[in-house]
Amino acid sequence: MESLLSYFLVSTILFGIGIYGVIAKRNAIRILFAVEIIINAANLNFVAFSRFPPSPNILGQTFALFSIALAAAEAAVGLAIILVAFRAHDSVDVSQLKKLRG
Amino acid sequence: MVDIIFLILSVSAIAASVIALQARELIYGAVALGAALLATAGLFILLDAPFVAMFQVTVYIGAVVVLILFTVILVKREQWIGGGRDGINPKMSVIGAIMVVAGLVYAGWASGLVTTSASEEFGITFLQIGREMMSGYAPALILVAITLAAALIGALTMAKVEKEG
Repeated sequence: MESLLSYFLVSTILFGIGIYGVIAKRNAIRILFAVEIIINAANLNFVAFSRFPPSPNILGQTFALFSIALAAAEAAVGLAIILVAFRAHDSVDVSQLKKLRG
Repeated sequence: MVDIIFLILSVSAIAASVIALQARELIYGAVALGAALLATAGLFILLDAPFVAMFQVTVYIGAVVVLILFTVILVKREQWIGGGRDGINPKMSVIGAIMVVAGLVYAGWASGLVTTSASEEFGITFLQIGREMMSGYAPALILVAITLAAALIGALTMAKVEKEG
């Protein structure tokens, strides 16, 4: 059980759940949840692949730390955008944001 | 013993992620997202990365989930449920996600990397991580700090309520 394959499977399933959320959901906050889940899966992959042979090293953990910090910045900006859009359109449904259509 | 803990943590991470996306009310979804992130922190501990796990709990559950909770509270209550209906055909998006997962699993399997298993003890200390970040990755660390500051200032500027007139 304690193999790279098991961690890889868990992170891939989490990634798939996030992809589903990004495609299917229309509520902007829920899309942000899905993006967080995807970043989380990527971090899990970073740490898992750096833990197991052939090359156990420290780089994966360092990258995961940077990735978590950037995810925090992304969440702050994303939530601010959602709040501004909610004030302008009185809705967080992304299909209602007609002004953003190209 | 480790196997049982791994199973519990991974099943709870996956289940909590599904609940985060499918819960009827957004606020329960946010709490479930916190649970999923906590379960992933447990997986990090199993992977001998306690520092990353600590960072995950502090930054994600301490800051991001609390920020999301406050945003959900600021958004009107009707939006918690009303925005929950799906846009594109949900069946199509499930099929798309399954195809992505299948492709990734096939790629991982074909690479042969994933059949390796843990053998040696892996002792990484906080000291090593700190040394790595402050030596080779010092420019990246400074860039991340500037990005965080810029993002937070930008977020505050955007979210500020402008006075009438």
